[in-house]
Amino acid sequence: MTDQAYNFTYLDEQTKRMIRRAILKGIAIPGYQVPFASREMPMPYGWGTGGVQVSAACLVPEDVFKVIDQGADDTTNAVSIRKFFARTAGVATTEHTGEATIIQTRHRIPEEPLTEDQILVYQVPIPEPLRFLEPRETETRKMHALEEYGLMHVKLYEDIARHGHIATAYAYPVKVEGRYVMDPSPIPKFDNPKLDGSPAIQLFGAGREQRIYAIPPYTKVVSLDFEDHPFEASKADHPCDLCGAENSYLDEVIIDDAGSRMFVCSDTDFCNSRQALGHRGRLSPEDAA
Amino acid sequence: MNDDAQTPLLRVRNVTKTYGGRIGCADVSFDLWPGEVLGVVGESGSGKSTLLGVLAGQLVPDRGEVIFDTRADGPRDTITMSEPERRMLARTDWAFVHQNPRDGLRMNISAGGNVGERLMAVGARHYGNIRSAAADWLGRVEIDELRIDDRPQAFSGGMQQRLQIARNLVTGPRLVFMDEPTGGLDVSVQARLLDLLRGLVRDMGLSAIVVTHDLAVVRLLADRLMVMKSGRVVEAGLTDQVLDDPQHAYTQLLVSSVLQV
Repeated sequence: MTDQAYNFTYLDEQTKRMIRRAILKGIAIPGYQVPFASREMPMPYGWGTGGVQVSAACLVPEDVFKVIDQGADDTTNAVSIRKFFARTAGVATTEHTGEATIIQTRHRIPEEPLTEDQILVYQVPIPEPLRFLEPRETETRKMHALEEYGLMHVKLYEDIARHGHIATAYAYPVKVEGRYVMDPSPIPKFDNPKLDGSPAIQLFGAGREQRIYAIPPYTKVVSLDFEDHPFEASKADHPCDLCGAENSYLDEVIIDDAGSRMFVCSDTDFCNSRQALGHRGRLSPEDAA
Repeated sequence: MNDDAQTPLLRVRNVTKTYGGRIGCADVSFDLWPGEVLGVVGESGSGKSTLLGVLAGQLVPDRGEVIFDTRADGPRDTITMSEPERRMLARTDWAFVHQNPRDGLRMNISAGGNVGERLMAVGARHYGNIRSAAADWLGRVEIDELRIDDRPQAFSGGMQQRLQIARNLVTGPRLVFMDEPTGGLDVSVQARLLDLLRGLVRDMGLSAIVVTHDLAVVRLLADRLMVMKSGRVVEAGLTDQVLDDPQHAYTQLLVSSVLQV
């Protein structure tokens, strides 16, 4: 299936070496943003060019590759990236979290716990957690270098002052291994606890911003908060309407023009596996059997 | 207050800063004692702001020493100390009040957040405590507590300036740098601000260096006065003495240029 006109995984070997060096540096300094020479990829910025380059540098022919977009395996972004590597690398692909060795993700961490044999690659739009508080990159780098992170709490303060609670629901800032404050990419804060002590390697690639950062396995990742307003991993207060799961992150779907809605797992593989095991939710189709 | 047994809070020796061939300020030396307010006056381009920038660690001088009496380690030269240490001083023991409040405030963050930022920068992590400290300081600078969640954009110029002062004083600094604190405010607001500043300086025992071209400001605030011209200090002394009996020709010109109403 491999298209012979392309090198394995599309990128040339020197580029992959350069990216691997950035990844290794990122793993050596958890949470630190390593600059790298991001390449032009055959897809637009914002479609995951950073994640694709990190995946390309990590893939070996024996890998089994999975891509999720907002938890789903079957959305445009996921399908096109999966096909891209099926064609340029000829690697096996899967939709099952447990079978995959490399999982590229946009905006979610799979519900199924990851293992030491897996790498999770995040697509990152804006790697700098301080960007909207301090627009000068020269200044934010200095703040990271000197561990001046008071400003991050100003953002959380503003949330509480305006909404009565910490209203930041995604891209919730974390402190990695007690040192660098990091933007975990726009995952819902429900997923933040899964960053902490994960056995899988977690790599973050920002293509347009030309940054790679990483969380090595079993690293301490703490979500920032106030003593009197502690961090809370929130989700919609419903069970899944298809598989009945109580503890998974849910998407809210409007199903008619009268305001009816359903809540379904955003992780499609998790939801399908549960349904295959016979779990049913409020809106599950009647069993034919 | 000028007790010789004390160490000066700030000891400045031969500070010189040039911009290429042009002189910013040259051979400035003085001591600032705890609780003292020093006024620096002079016309535009006389090097007042350059001097203030050097003292506050924002500009690197070509020559000279700026020795600050730190709480922990006693007198230290702030020019040769490491950048993290200097930035730490700037967040804790120093305060800088800009002429334009827009330079000193975060305009898209509420008044409470602006005051709380310095507290959070030094490690405060209890929302309730930060908020009550912010409310307390808004009260002390005569801003209604109800406006704690308003952004500075919604404030008048005088209120913005008072908010900037609150934001700077919340961590209990020992040395305040002020660059034209009353510039751009109308006279009645100026008078109120000066009154407030004078009260705060006296109550908190602050030392301050006030750069201004407005002789009325220094007359009210400053214990001592330095007159600068073309980057050099041409006259220094007690404020009333310098203003009432100016010795240097330039000071005489400056004093006689004030409009009498």
